[in-house]
Amino acid sequence: MNEEYQPEYGPKWSDQRVERMLGALVCGVVGLLLAMIVTVFVRAWPSFSHNGLAWFGPGGNVDDQLNAIFLSGQAGTEYIYTFHAWPLIWSTILITGGAVLIALFSALFVAVFIVEFAPEWMSNILQPVVRFLASVPSVIYGLLGVLVLVPFIGNHLVTEGQKASVAGVISLSGYSLVAAVVVLTTMIAPLMVSIFTDGLRAVKPGWLEGSLALGVNRWRTTWKIGVRSARPAIVAGTVLATARAIGEAVMLAMISGSVGFAPNPADGLIFIYEPSRPLAPTIVKNIDQLSSPPANATLFAIAAVLLFSAALFSLTGYVARRSMRKYGTA
Amino acid sequence: MKTASPPQSTAPSAAPQPPSPSQGGTKGAVEGTATWALSDRIGLAICWALGLLFCAIAVAIVVYLFIKGISYLDISMLTTPASAGFSQAESGGFSDALIGTLIVAVLAISIALPTGVATAIWLVEYGRPAALARITESTIEAIAGIPSIVLALFGTVIFSSTALGFLSRSSEGVVFGRSFFAASAMLSLVALPLIVASTREGLNAIPRHVREASYAVGKTKAATVRRILLPSSRPQVATGAMLGLGRIIGDTAIIIVLLGATQNFAPVEEAPFPLDYLRGAGTTLTNFVYEASPTGNLNQPEKAYAAAFVLLLMVLVLNGAVDIVHRRARKVGTWSH
Repeated sequence: MNEEYQPEYGPKWSDQRVERMLGALVCGVVGLLLAMIVTVFVRAWPSFSHNGLAWFGPGGNVDDQLNAIFLSGQAGTEYIYTFHAWPLIWSTILITGGAVLIALFSALFVAVFIVEFAPEWMSNILQPVVRFLASVPSVIYGLLGVLVLVPFIGNHLVTEGQKASVAGVISLSGYSLVAAVVVLTTMIAPLMVSIFTDGLRAVKPGWLEGSLALGVNRWRTTWKIGVRSARPAIVAGTVLATARAIGEAVMLAMISGSVGFAPNPADGLIFIYEPSRPLAPTIVKNIDQLSSPPANATLFAIAAVLLFSAALFSLTGYVARRSMRKYGTA
Repeated sequence: MKTASPPQSTAPSAAPQPPSPSQGGTKGAVEGTATWALSDRIGLAICWALGLLFCAIAVAIVVYLFIKGISYLDISMLTTPASAGFSQAESGGFSDALIGTLIVAVLAISIALPTGVATAIWLVEYGRPAALARITESTIEAIAGIPSIVLALFGTVIFSSTALGFLSRSSEGVVFGRSFFAASAMLSLVALPLIVASTREGLNAIPRHVREASYAVGKTKAATVRRILLPSSRPQVATGAMLGLGRIIGDTAIIIVLLGATQNFAPVEEAPFPLDYLRGAGTTLTNFVYEASPTGNLNQPEKAYAAAFVLLLMVLVLNGAVDIVHRRARKVGTWSH
């Protein structure tokens, strides 16, 4: 360093003291997380204890239940907690699952393309593009979805016959599963691509060269050797993207349709045009009900489910990435 | 995105920066596709198609928002606050939202940056006892995975407690719990994992002998961190801070829950100047876009486009800054030479 000589720090900045100060800060961060987990579950407990496992099951209209819960807290009468979240959970599973599957497929191909096959100029374009797509705020994706994609689906893809066939049950206006899946895929695929490319780049060149020397062509070498040895990175990327998708609230609140309805794949392909509402947007939509104690408990119960599943996924991703270190491919 | 920070290899020839595309894999081995099986060629075609699709989506987003933004954006929107009105022409602009975004960004990053850098220093340079280090690592990973809406709900619990009433509006013992302080404190948690990951990467890239040289001339560990390690990992710290900033200004859920549903500043009366605004509720660009979209309460799509355009410009500038820092760091060179 080309700095002037600075006198040594006094005992105020002694090593022991600095170590203890930093350690205390770190303990504070850990404590905050623990406090958060405890708080969320304590607040959620009334809702879980009143419903038992039926909380996760189907039964009745979720929106009516949420409304009754809210009103019972306002009226000051006996609190109602009855809540069966299955339509919300099912919608979360459908939207997240669909988006993760499509994103996994396309992100894998794009990552292989960037690392192995794209010409120099193409990968120089693609890398900033991926970084840009990953950094666009979710509310902008939501806005474009609601003003461009949703009207397009409602006006051009859904036929009048389809609208009439379910008219008594639900209205098909374009706010749909397919819109949510498409936009969510666009949001999480770049995240996957950036982790996959890191993994693919870290594959030892010798392994690939060995395969090439045996006369295997570049495409098969990449998939049989490169992608296989980057498997931990692929698991990590997929799992982290899943955690992100489960927690996505605002964008889905804008375009998923906001109806507590469980689209049924058994109805045929029409189910992809049906509206629904996953767990996280439910919190956003009902946030002004926090003042009512039973509604508060119900929203925290939803948050507890989100917290549990997202933490599970991201810790799985963490473990997968640790194992990358063990195999030396990262 | 630096969500996956690859652990640095210790081989002396390995460059700390991610390798440039020309170094990766088998590229350079010239081989035509003419000899490939049909399925392999179809696969390559899929690669090209998806790569071009990604580019097309990005271009479409940018071009569409630029066209919409420029046609609807009026300079007066940036200087007039939102107001009640019947038509989009009467209801003012979003100056409060713009200033709100800046306030939130500054406050949140000024919490997240010192905390994140200190956590990273502790993890890399101290890290004892080892059990606590492992717990801290997984804590940071867990925070990165927690949905921001859950952070927001947790924030309502913290900041509605009477002990923290001085951070927001309170009347007759009931704490409102919505303020710039509350939103920024929770948003700093969103940025924290990115800053920690990036700073750790920078510290790990500095070889051992640099630290040993510093100890050999009698510097303490703390002084080494302060004088040697932090200055040389400045690019990575800056990258982490900017990635964190991008997440902060893009987050909507925390703002909706913890900053309030108004479209104007709502300062508290009893506090002196800067504090009255910071303790009051407000709005940001993301909140404005959400409320002005057809699903929100205002339903002014033209202004939503204009605000989204301003927001996108901010994100683009941040992305560009990350690129510049990266390129400059590579030009300056690395420790391994």
